[in-house]
Amino acid sequence: MNRLNRRQFLTASALAAGGALMTSRLAFASANTTSRFVFIILRGALDGLTAVPPYGDVDYARLRGDIAIAAPGSANGAIKLDNLFGLHSNLRFLGDSYTARELVVFHAVASPYRERSHFDGQDVLENGFVRPHASQSGWLNRALAAAPSNGATSRKELGVALGQNVPLVMRGPASVASWSPSKLAALDEDTLDRITDLYARDPVLSKRLADALAANAIANEPASDLADSDDSSMTPQMAPAADVPAGSSQVLAKREQGKAAASARYVEVIRATANFLRRDDGPQIAVFDATGWDTHANEGGAQGQLAARLGALDAGLRTLKEQLGDTWQNTAVLIATEFGRTAAINGTRGTDHGTGAAAFLIGGAVQGGRVISDWPGLSASSLYEGRDLKPTLDTRSIMKGVLADHLRVPTAALEKEVFPDSARAKALSGLFRA
Amino acid sequence: MQEPFAPAIAANRFGLGARPGDLERIGGHAPDWLIAQLKGGAPVLTDTSLRSSQDILVQTLDVRRAQREAGGKKARKGAKPGADDVASNEAKAGGAGEAASEDSSARAAVIQKLLKLPQVYRPIYIDEATARLRHAASTDRPFVERLTQFWTNHFAVSIDKITVLGLAGAFEREAIRPHVLGNFTDLLLAVERHPAMLLYLDNYLSTGPNSRLARMATRRQTERKVGINENLAREILELHTLGVNGGYTQQDVTTFAQVLTGWSIGGNFGRLRDGEPGKFTFREALHEPGAKTVLGKRYSEDGESEGKAVLRDVAAKPATATFIATKLARHFIADEPPPSVVEKLAKSFTKSHGDLPTVYRTLVELSDSWAQPFAKFKTPTDYIVSSYRALDLPVDTSRRGLASFELLGQRTWSPGSPAGWPDRGADWDGASALMKRIEWADAVGQRVGAHQNALDLAAQVLGATLSDDTRKAISRAASGAQALTLLLTAPEFLRR
Repeated sequence: MNRLNRRQFLTASALAAGGALMTSRLAFASANTTSRFVFIILRGALDGLTAVPPYGDVDYARLRGDIAIAAPGSANGAIKLDNLFGLHSNLRFLGDSYTARELVVFHAVASPYRERSHFDGQDVLENGFVRPHASQSGWLNRALAAAPSNGATSRKELGVALGQNVPLVMRGPASVASWSPSKLAALDEDTLDRITDLYARDPVLSKRLADALAANAIANEPASDLADSDDSSMTPQMAPAADVPAGSSQVLAKREQGKAAASARYVEVIRATANFLRRDDGPQIAVFDATGWDTHANEGGAQGQLAARLGALDAGLRTLKEQLGDTWQNTAVLIATEFGRTAAINGTRGTDHGTGAAAFLIGGAVQGGRVISDWPGLSASSLYEGRDLKPTLDTRSIMKGVLADHLRVPTAALEKEVFPDSARAKALSGLFRA
Repeated sequence: MQEPFAPAIAANRFGLGARPGDLERIGGHAPDWLIAQLKGGAPVLTDTSLRSSQDILVQTLDVRRAQREAGGKKARKGAKPGADDVASNEAKAGGAGEAASEDSSARAAVIQKLLKLPQVYRPIYIDEATARLRHAASTDRPFVERLTQFWTNHFAVSIDKITVLGLAGAFEREAIRPHVLGNFTDLLLAVERHPAMLLYLDNYLSTGPNSRLARMATRRQTERKVGINENLAREILELHTLGVNGGYTQQDVTTFAQVLTGWSIGGNFGRLRDGEPGKFTFREALHEPGAKTVLGKRYSEDGESEGKAVLRDVAAKPATATFIATKLARHFIADEPPPSVVEKLAKSFTKSHGDLPTVYRTLVELSDSWAQPFAKFKTPTDYIVSSYRALDLPVDTSRRGLASFELLGQRTWSPGSPAGWPDRGADWDGASALMKRIEWADAVGQRVGAHQNALDLAAQVLGATLSDDTRKAISRAASGAQALTLLLTAPEFLRR
């Protein structure tokens, strides 16, 4: 970005702070479609059998012992989806969304990766290839580059990563922004000008600085057009109430404080995501991740470690919907993890790395209220390698369905650049409202 | 070798950043300056406040015991073998409520007065991380300190597991530092047997399916399932030695996990109270009996020694040499190091049977090491530490220094996964990350810029790598604060 443009950003930012709407001079391309997409990566391998318990499977309770989620209707039981599947009781927003037909739950899904390394598993989930480290770019970035009419505006950002750095899934030829909350004071304009000049001959740094300034302008925009929305939506509610017992000790109080601080940052990220996506001229796509799913020990069931994380994720999604306002109607959020966990619990009340996992597609644009799963069962003979939920649906089928029907990425690009060697993973159709 | 850049490369890429005067001292002897640092024992952190992991674990057990006693009958009744151990606090916090909900407020009041583990661990962490920063900012052997940080990251533990918050610093001092200038196998053994690692990767309660404890559990039909936890075994093979493509199978992971059953920590409650509290303890009762085959080799039943034997064999595999060589080359030479460099380092590793100083010497003597002045983008830690060194910033006991690491995205010892922090430019040079560095540099400029001659300092710490553009920008700055900010944000200071 040249210096003049940067000044325009700052001017625009100042206007926005004064309550005026920002002009379209920002560096985000005018999106060719109103569709919005959020991809949330759950790093560490979410236990799909606790998040989406197959309570109706005869082998489930036996395999899971005292961390099994009880059937709907019993104490701390699952939220009923159908006669086989439920949702963890802390996933209340997801449950409401299912009822409102805005949530599709996928079960027994996996990327093409069949080993059990987190890091390679995440690499495949993000690179869109069949093997780890097959590419330095990610499928979502390549899809952005291939989306209709984006080619002409390739210098503009159509995507934003909510984090200090851009994850692999968003790296590649298409230009993307990144943003994360800051506690430091903003610089004066003169110093920024001089640093901009200093980076003039450094293509990487000058690009990054321009992106950062553009992103700051949007992320810090006050949610003025949401002024009439329910104020309680701004309250961080990351700690699920069911997880906070009566008569809690100071340990719990401290934990709640810690959770509140973490949730405040999380809420800031969610709010910024909404700020980015609400804009008519803003990015179409946002990516962020959540960690802490690697529950090898003391995983917990209806309550405990994993339950608390699920509650936080659920509350974050509720906040996202509230902050997005009308834009929610055009939004789809895909939540996926690198692989599942062992069907049986291990010797330390947790689960080890597995294969088949659960995934979620949620949003106003989604044709929901369904579980999509060719359920393989949990009997000893149906487990993958005798230990894991057997995958029956390729994660790329979901991703291709989203890209084709929601973001209008041409089929040819999907098959060739975005997901090479994915012919057998056919795009799922009908995931979106007509 | 590009002679004029060599002193800056030695101080900034191999070391932790030049201090004023360093480049002059290095002069025409850059490789010698590095190799000389490898002589003598590894430096020891001498701060008297630092406590041993055993001491910290014993206090952990005391705190847990007090909580348990105050928790009363119901909590005790709910306790199962091994449930009241050093690491279960995080999980218990959710479950503790079950007991607490029916409890009288009097008992709740007693519990409230007790010391809690995060309260114990937080000051320990602050002392440790501060001592580490103080040492990094002032050491005359910065190459050794960079290597220490490299190995700590290679064998990563992460403070997002609460017990590790208390133990991460002790782990680095006890398991990493003594072996940084020693042999890889000794380093590996020290790391995998350290309580912090046994806790972090969940091995300390991993139980063989045919072990004494498992058979007892079956006989008594206890509801708690005992069994293998394969986390440590997998990460040793994938992340510590062979690498993910190093030729092992799921079966190797499972069997290796059986080999490692019994590698535990002394002094837990319940059935597992044997052993010296807070120290590595081999628990025969948890160990899977019988011969086991790992990576095609049969190991006959040998208790604690089985694990040592497998680790020694794995350390000597060619895949391990290549994996370590690749990581070293990536850290010191380039994000994508040339295969020839990796080969030379791997050969040095294999030929010397893992003698680390020999490998480091090979690294320093490679012409590739000196070919490019800005081959690497600094991590936030590199960036902060090199700023401290350039400016001789004081490391006080306030939390300000540590807050910088958090603000810039690399809280000390918190990589968040056993893979450690990533080591490529693209992992660290995001737009938002750059902006935070700029904001941080601005704050430092405002704080100390008025007392610095930034132009002189730039020449002192960047040497021949200082560009004309940066020199001009600094000399034209409107204030001392701005001049220093420009030095700290210059492209050549952001890289190493």
